[in-house]
Amino acid sequence: MALLQIAEPGLSAAPHQHRLAVGIDLGTTNSLVATVKSGAATVLPDEHGRSLLPSVVRYREDGRTIVGFEAQAEQSRDPNNTIVSVKRFMGRGLADLLDVARSPYRFVDAPGMVQLVTRAGHKSPVEVSADILRSLRERAEASLGGELIGAVITVPAYFDDAQRQATKDAARLAGLNVLRLLNEPTAAAIAYGLDNGAEGTYVVYDLGGGTFDVSVLALTRGVFEVLATSGDSSLGGDDFDHRIYCWILEQAGLHGLSAHDTRLLLTRAREAKEALTEHADTRITALLSDGQTIDLQLSQATFHAISKTLIDKTLLPVRKALRDAKIGAEDVKGVVMVGGATRMPQVQKAVGDFFGTPPLTNLDPDKVVALGAAIQANVLAGNKGDDEWLLLDVIPLSLGLETMGGLTEKIIPRNSTIPIARAQEFTTFKDGQTALSVHILQGERELVSDCRSLAKFVLRGIPPMVAGAARIRVTFQVDADGLLAVTAREMISGVEASIEVKPSYGLSDDEITRMLSDSIAHVADDINARKLREAIVDADSLLDALDAALASDADLLDDGERATLDAAMQALRDAIAAESTKDINACSHKLNQASEPFAARRMDRNIQRALTGKNIETL
Amino acid sequence: MTADLFSDFQQDHFALFGLPRRFALDGAALDTLWRTAAAQVHPDRFASAGDAEKRVALMAATRVNEAYQTLKSPLARARYLLRLAGVDTAEETNTSMPPAFLMAQMEWREAIEDARHGHDVDALERLSRQLRQDVRAMEDELGIALDEQHNHASAALLVRKLRFLEKLDQEIGDAIEALLF
Repeated sequence: MALLQIAEPGLSAAPHQHRLAVGIDLGTTNSLVATVKSGAATVLPDEHGRSLLPSVVRYREDGRTIVGFEAQAEQSRDPNNTIVSVKRFMGRGLADLLDVARSPYRFVDAPGMVQLVTRAGHKSPVEVSADILRSLRERAEASLGGELIGAVITVPAYFDDAQRQATKDAARLAGLNVLRLLNEPTAAAIAYGLDNGAEGTYVVYDLGGGTFDVSVLALTRGVFEVLATSGDSSLGGDDFDHRIYCWILEQAGLHGLSAHDTRLLLTRAREAKEALTEHADTRITALLSDGQTIDLQLSQATFHAISKTLIDKTLLPVRKALRDAKIGAEDVKGVVMVGGATRMPQVQKAVGDFFGTPPLTNLDPDKVVALGAAIQANVLAGNKGDDEWLLLDVIPLSLGLETMGGLTEKIIPRNSTIPIARAQEFTTFKDGQTALSVHILQGERELVSDCRSLAKFVLRGIPPMVAGAARIRVTFQVDADGLLAVTAREMISGVEASIEVKPSYGLSDDEITRMLSDSIAHVADDINARKLREAIVDADSLLDALDAALASDADLLDDGERATLDAAMQALRDAIAAESTKDINACSHKLNQASEPFAARRMDRNIQRALTGKNIETL
Repeated sequence: MTADLFSDFQQDHFALFGLPRRFALDGAALDTLWRTAAAQVHPDRFASAGDAEKRVALMAATRVNEAYQTLKSPLARARYLLRLAGVDTAEETNTSMPPAFLMAQMEWREAIEDARHGHDVDALERLSRQLRQDVRAMEDELGIALDEQHNHASAALLVRKLRFLEKLDQEIGDAIEALLF
């Protein structure tokens, strides 16, 4: 926030016409930020011209937080305070982490999500991720010469609700307005499909640093419809490094290494993996802290042998996704490779063999996700592109409730197109029961203990009735970000309880606001000025949208309704002129309420118009 | 409630897409109509709109998706048609079935169990294909009962039978996944 913003001469010309929005690929190993400039998606480099930002955060002795290459360079020297691959810990409790032993970090269990012990205090993975996102935001704002309207942040398609919510919280903590959470393979499909005018069924095979996703998409005339998605949210390029690391330990007869040596050898392992993409052999050398030297030769053939089970592990979700999409490998027109780990020749070969066709690698696998996110962000920010296209995505894992006997009842099955809502009725099982506990779960297994627990809440105040008489309707609503909200309502008495499914690590809206203001508190006026700017931007776009709506559909309103709306719009314009954040927000809220019936009628009309056109076409 | 504002959204799923209220349905046409309707109301189209429009878009998109999912699945479509006609299919409460059907069920279950124990994925895939044939035959019967004979009682029985077969298919799918993954 303290950065001076100097606009590039060419870019400041028409700030109102082009709203600054970015796509961010928040990766396990590397992160990127991209935007659409003069119609073309492009990755924004740092001041040294580097596109990638290593997802590494170091909390230094002097209290500074550094992110990226500088932090990465120091990771062996200060492994406990240099956090790498934090994405693996997002939305995860200590019990979820199978690889605690191989991390150099000290974890403490906090409700719902682990925290890392650093010299800067206990850090939640959300905070560490926010540091990475903040660095990207600053890069984008410096490069584009203005404040961002918002960002599309990508997440692995296989992320569950807790992991998605954690990502959204991290973005908000970094001061970003989240336009949409977008699934990584879907982002890649947008970048690929729009570039190549692709039609037909495509598979996106996305092997990142720490996550694996596979999505099956049907591309038809500008519609990207995800048919099925599957994956493994703890499998990625890191695991290949770890296989090499274990091989080094075995070859050199090492055990009980210090955090420093562990980090050093993991770094050497990653370098060896990258070298083996181009060469048949590579040499691994290291000087350990006790003076012992490591000098080994690793061949491609050995590497392929020790990593084969990892590749086989990716083919299981591929089969599962094809099954769910009800198609065979032979129906797939092309396989798009995404993620740096797909550069490994043995991965490309295995995928090619499975589908009987060489995978598509014409887009940079490191950049394609960020580019797709940027294209989506551009559209969502209201900068209309040339082509109209639409994204229909799905939820990756079934959502359900705990029922009697510790069993899960599925309410929304996996691979349902979002947004979606589903309601189910339950009843009481005891006479006079006045409360009902609702336990929300995500996963495919039958037993509650095998699924991820997302949230628990209690519906109280049910009037006493005989067992089985109450009718409790539980409604699940999943929005376009793939995030769940649940309400429970007793239908006879009307008693209601609802919960935005916030995983129990519990960063409430208030806490985020507080942490956000803490981080920029050193410029006291800054936050107020920023709030005013944001309020004005939002109000302007609301007024613009209503003006456009009135221009085309004013006939849907009677004179009285029109007068009410006009008055509410004028009140908002006056509040903007007076530059009062409070009044602008209050008037925006009122105008929103006043315009809701109009919005609903327009929505109806648009559907009917579009469908009438279709029905005539099909006849 | 905002939902009350939706004059046209109160209409049934068939009317929403301008389709005749009957079981027989052109699946490809439904796909096209759904994509067209979804394109109008998807929240992505309203990301920079006001809160009111965003809320309405979320509801409308949810409504359109629900209608599509219901009509796309023959079982859900039949159940829905019967509900529109005031017939409760009583799938949870009415479990009485013709003895021959129950016998066939037991044989299916035994076959699935055998294949599961034998770790025989191919046998499970075969069972799945056979089951799909049975399902398709029953869906044809359902079409006749609903569209031609207008026999609600026999349609409701067919819905209950199909629900059984759907559960069997689910079991086969779970067994295959348990063996493969």
